[in-house]
Amino acid sequence: MAILVIAEHDNKSLKDATHKTVTAAAKMGKDVDLLVAGKGVKDVAAEAAKVAGVRKVLTCDHATLERQLAESMQAVIVPLMDGYDAVVAPDTTTHKNYMPRVAAKLDVQQISSVTGVEGADTFVRPIYAGNAMATVKSSDAKKVVTVRTTAFAAAGDGGSASVEAIGDPAGPFKSEYVSEELTKSDRPELTAAKVVISGGRGMGSGENFKLIEGIADKLGAAMGASRAAVDAGYVPNDWQVGQTGKAVAPALYIAVGISGAIQHLAGMKDSKVIAAINKDEDAPIFQVADYGLVADLFKALPEFEAELEKAGY
Amino acid sequence: MKVLVPVKRVLDYNVKARVKSDNSGVDLANVKMSMNPFDEISVEQAVKMQEAGTASETVVVSIGPSKAQETIRTGLAMGMDRGIHVETDEDLEPLAIAKILKAICDEEKPELVILGKQAIDNDYGATGGMLAALLDWPIGSAANSMKLAGSDMTVVKEVDGGLQTVKLTMPAIVTTDLRLNEPRYASLPNIMKAKKKPIDAKTPADYGVDTKPRLKTVKVTEPEARKAGIKVEDAAQLVDKLKNEAGVI
Ligand SMILES: Cc1cc2nc3c(=O)[nH]c(=O)nc-3n(C[C@H](O)[C@H](O)[C@H](O)COP(=O)(O)OP(=O)(O)OC[C@H]3O[C@@H](n4cnc5c(N)ncnc54)[C@H](O)[C@@H]3O)c2cc1C
Repeated sequence: MAILVIAEHDNKSLKDATHKTVTAAAKMGKDVDLLVAGKGVKDVAAEAAKVAGVRKVLTCDHATLERQLAESMQAVIVPLMDGYDAVVAPDTTTHKNYMPRVAAKLDVQQISSVTGVEGADTFVRPIYAGNAMATVKSSDAKKVVTVRTTAFAAAGDGGSASVEAIGDPAGPFKSEYVSEELTKSDRPELTAAKVVISGGRGMGSGENFKLIEGIADKLGAAMGASRAAVDAGYVPNDWQVGQTGKAVAPALYIAVGISGAIQHLAGMKDSKVIAAINKDEDAPIFQVADYGLVADLFKALPEFEAELEKAGY
Repeated sequence: MKVLVPVKRVLDYNVKARVKSDNSGVDLANVKMSMNPFDEISVEQAVKMQEAGTASETVVVSIGPSKAQETIRTGLAMGMDRGIHVETDEDLEPLAIAKILKAICDEEKPELVILGKQAIDNDYGATGGMLAALLDWPIGSAANSMKLAGSDMTVVKEVDGGLQTVKLTMPAIVTTDLRLNEPRYASLPNIMKAKKKPIDAKTPADYGVDTKPRLKTVKVTEPEARKAGIKVEDAAQLVDKLKNEAGVI
């Protein structure tokens, strides 16, 4: 079984989501190739060749692929699928954007955001905001799969795959990139961080997120939020953790002023340890928290930071 | 410009899904069902476009059981012009839905189809992209805002790193994200008016589409449950527990 994994990258470096997707793909079969599609991706391809377990790296280097827009990615991947039994990609927004197009062109039902691989055609995936886990078996000739990367360990390095360039995607395309407004941060990426601290509506304002920042600095944590905090404009949209935002599974998740709605829990309940600070002792977040602190966050956060300081952080 | 909005009837977002004891699926008997929240946002967008004069006709489509008519009525009460109900009791997969929608688009010839970025029941997030591919139309996924200028649609999309703006040549597909707008509540007079708006009754067979499922559900199980832990007294104890008991900081 030959599997094509699509690499996650920013044209400069290969992202960890790729290594995790390779692990998921390797459970389907052993011939795993990586596609690096982008612009000026020589360095990315060199990194990709080192991922353990990868047979071959394909590169498609073209200006129209700089942002990996849906139509151009479809144009690269669909013709390649004559030689593959499956295409697998991380379930980040880049890949969520074009994978359904690839599936439809191949006349295949996509299997989205899988958290388990039970062979070449059987997958486990959360449904209903993770309140149920469905095991599905595909009868399609080819499989189109996106992977919830937090559910898989990253493949290591040590591979030495060959790198092969493929032809340009055939246009014309009816969509074009205009601009991007990326949230700048020196912190670890939300989905890859070991510690995540998130604030909710209880934070009261964007300004008050400063109370979380000091703690995040001390713990090397990424910062996240509930939908309510994003909708209220406290923090940018890409901080949203949940069913319809990002799924995270850090070693430690700290929820501050977050009630624990089903949709929020969907994105963080696979964290190893959960701590929650909330002034309402009946808040549902405490039903999933390993450590709960019933307190006013405006008092508890400065104290928490001071205690961390005392403990040497 | 004609705008088409497909909507799905799903378990209400406030209701916690319960797995059936025979592990065949989620129990949907006697629970509150509503329009998929992302679809409400799509309907709101279409109605806003009509109010602004950019949409000339708005059509709401639902593919589902007879009760899906209620979901269509909700769309009509929010201000959509007319409905199409493709009745089926089967839980069709996104590919089959996209094929039926493609056939409807071939008939209706909309210039814009607005769909939710995902349905909150099956969480596939696939129908919009599939429809775009079948029609060979461009797509703006997870729209945070959208604006029509001549024959182009500019869509600001929510992406993992922040926001990205793309320009689509019409006709096009847009999928909606949470911050595109705030859906209105239908007023009582509009709910009454909606009862008189026409709904075309169709079946999948009318469109000659093969809707056979490609996935077999082997089983549906409860997720691993998390146990509630302990309450700590204060911040000092929290730091101590995280450091010395859990070892995660
Ligand atoms: C289609 C759809 C998709 C959604 N997707 C997501 C998603 O991906 N992610 C997500 O998070 N939500 C999502 N939601 C929203 C979700 O249902 C909840 O509305 C949201 O998570 C609530 O956010 P919150 O906990 O911050 O706010 P609230 O529920 O208002 O909770 C605020 C909490 O802060 C506490 N608090 C207030 N002041 C203080 C204080 N001074 N000190 C301590 N505690 C305090 C309160 O006790 C309360 O528990 C979605 C909803 C829908 C309909």
